[in-house]
Amino acid sequence: MAYAEQAETEALHEPKSFLTKYIWSQDHKVIAIQYSLTAIFVGVIAVVLSDLMRIQIGFPGTLAFMDASAYYQAMTMHGMIMVIYLLTALFLGGFGNYLIPLMVGARDMVFPYVNMLSYWFYLLAVVVLLSSFFVPGGPTGSGWTLYPPQSISQGTPGVEWGIVMMLVSLAIFIVAATMGGLNYVTTVLQARTHGMTLFRMPLSVWGIFMASIMALLAFPALFVSAVMMLFDKLLGTSFFMPAMISLGQQLDHQGGSPILFQHLFWFFGHPEVYIVALPAFGLVSDLISTHARKNIFGYRMMVWAIIAIGVLSFVVWAHHMYVSGMNPYFGFFFATTTLIIAVPTALKVYNWVLTLWRGDIHLTVPMLFALAFIVTFLVGGLTGLFLGNVIVDIPLSDTYFVVAHFHMVMGVAPVLVVFGGIYHWFPKVTGRMWNDTLGKLHFWITFLGTYAIFFPMHYLGFQGMPRRYYAYDNYAFIPQSAHELNAFITVIALAVGVSQLLFLFNLAWSAFKGRPAGSNPWGAASLEWQTPNTPPIHGNWGEKLPVVHRWAYDYSVPGIEQDFVPQTVSAEELEQMRQLSAGTKIADVRT
Amino acid sequence: MSRLLLRNADGADPGGSWNRDPQGIQAGEGADRNQIARTGLRLFLAVVSSLFFLFLLAFIARSQMTDWLPLTEPMAPLANLRQLWLNSAFLVVSCVALQWSRMAARRARLGAAVIGFALAGVFAIAFLAGQLLVWQQFVAWGYFLASNPANSFFYLLTGLHALHLLGGLIAWGIIVAKYLQRVPLPQLSASVELCAIYWHYLLGLWFVLFALLASTPQTYEAIARFCGLR
Repeated sequence: MAYAEQAETEALHEPKSFLTKYIWSQDHKVIAIQYSLTAIFVGVIAVVLSDLMRIQIGFPGTLAFMDASAYYQAMTMHGMIMVIYLLTALFLGGFGNYLIPLMVGARDMVFPYVNMLSYWFYLLAVVVLLSSFFVPGGPTGSGWTLYPPQSISQGTPGVEWGIVMMLVSLAIFIVAATMGGLNYVTTVLQARTHGMTLFRMPLSVWGIFMASIMALLAFPALFVSAVMMLFDKLLGTSFFMPAMISLGQQLDHQGGSPILFQHLFWFFGHPEVYIVALPAFGLVSDLISTHARKNIFGYRMMVWAIIAIGVLSFVVWAHHMYVSGMNPYFGFFFATTTLIIAVPTALKVYNWVLTLWRGDIHLTVPMLFALAFIVTFLVGGLTGLFLGNVIVDIPLSDTYFVVAHFHMVMGVAPVLVVFGGIYHWFPKVTGRMWNDTLGKLHFWITFLGTYAIFFPMHYLGFQGMPRRYYAYDNYAFIPQSAHELNAFITVIALAVGVSQLLFLFNLAWSAFKGRPAGSNPWGAASLEWQTPNTPPIHGNWGEKLPVVHRWAYDYSVPGIEQDFVPQTVSAEELEQMRQLSAGTKIADVRT
Repeated sequence: MSRLLLRNADGADPGGSWNRDPQGIQAGEGADRNQIARTGLRLFLAVVSSLFFLFLLAFIARSQMTDWLPLTEPMAPLANLRQLWLNSAFLVVSCVALQWSRMAARRARLGAAVIGFALAGVFAIAFLAGQLLVWQQFVAWGYFLASNPANSFFYLLTGLHALHLLGGLIAWGIIVAKYLQRVPLPQLSASVELCAIYWHYLLGLWFVLFALLASTPQTYEAIARFCGLR
């Protein structure tokens, strides 16, 4: 029996107790909220760490505890938390969990128990990671790339405990991500409702689907490197550790290859960029289409672009390693693939712009964030073209230009989508609407603030200001103006950091006190807005699963008064709507 | 140009090529629960393949360093592969027994299914015991984990493979427990099916690992050259 029919005939076992409903829940919506709240919690810690770093750079010596070790520890934890524990977890575990079953018309994920385990493993990974703040020596300060030999050599902060906690935490996270990823992919492949063909799925699902496949194939590379480095650290093997003298002592290691670690790390690390970016691409496509009241331009092209980016992202990894030394032909190969990946990416940007063109643009808060994403991603993507070229990358490598580039393209841009996505789907999750004024205030401070922070960093990079230094005093090549600019950036970073409280307050307050939003406040056509209950109850749909008759982008259909046609409307119903609209128009003319 | 864009913009007519549903509303329906479980397992096996593929690439890359001491030299533990062949035979028998059990379960022949399933578990345990014996020989000969990267990889790869088989044995144990609780065979046959797929995969993986671990440095060099790692 097919899934959809089986799902309709099986009895729903709704959890009864508080524990099974909200804590040990197997409901994808509750798990999504658990994932999201945990990710936001660690994200706040990462923001605080970045502000502490900025205080040190802008006003050196202000914080008594911020010595070189503390700075590197803050830097490492900030990077790792933001990339893995916030963005990956939130896009896949948060948005993926909430949206996939609702958007494809399933009752839940196909393996709900594994889905629950996925969250608890994620939480365990977070607990292990954060507990490294409290172990002797503190967390590792080896930089988020954890390059050996320095990450496990004496002199690096957290070399005894911190690095072990980090590697163990990453391994646990990968187990969690794998359990989640298996669920997301299988659900999309096998649990779509009646009529939901692959090419009728919203682009959000396509983005998350492809990112999940990539996560399943790329995270093993991080797992492999974490396991081998743990062996090197704890058991004395020499997978990555070369023969070396550390603090005057010859170590037992010999012959290991640090470059091998770099290859493995970036074989994970570059797809990771797109594991974060593809869901963002998908979500933003839906946001733009819905709030511009226009069908997405070039839907099939968008899908194929997502697939092409996913595939190509596995053959560009060594562009992170130009300065590590490689065969010039390899450099040429990776520069070429890097430029090729810009083609499907640019295609997506053009299609978003063409979707907006002559659309009925509603400047709601989610739309503002979506528009800001396009601009920010464009800026970050263009600087990526500079860094993708070997000749340009070498002088710019390890400067603030790189910091500016990756914060724009994979920090700010996806975070803008996270905010946009949360504002967009919050009414469905809670049944209530947030405060519009607070939302707009949050948007403008965040958008303008992040530009004020990261735009000047390009200039600092061109000036040659190196990254990863904890203090920039007494360097002749760094002019006074750079110090002043750093102070300016720090002030803005603090303001942007504090302004995120607006977002948190808005969410917390609106979840309980916001005005009721109704079931479909944006007039969206996709399936998740057509649930019989808002917020959707356990099992999502009533007795019968929804039947899908069209794609998710029928906005402003000619001849129909209502400016959207839900996916559940059949051709006959559409004709009735048409006749009704024509009748209404005639009546209008007569009156 | 603008006409083209407008056509796309306003072409929300459900008659558009991807709005049509050529196979009717049934087209998007998925498969049944067993099919879902099989898909999930196959995806998981793809993840495991990615994991071992990357380990093997690391193995080949690391084997090209000068400090690599081959395990297949005349005085090294893998000069004689008798024990590893014996272990391989255990795993082959285990897989054959499981396949037999799978086919018997499909035909609802309870006795054969149970015997096959039990034998599969016993021989898988024998394989693991044999692997432990090889580890013991390594230790007895002074081939410790950290003394050479070739040893490190041997312990790491065989250990990881054994861990995967142990995971399979946990599933095997759960099915045995269910059988002892008199859960009817038709309800268990899907699980037996999944076990069989997993077992066959691990057998194939073991032969890849075995072939690589028992190869000579010249083979590693040839692979490394082919992959551009040298």
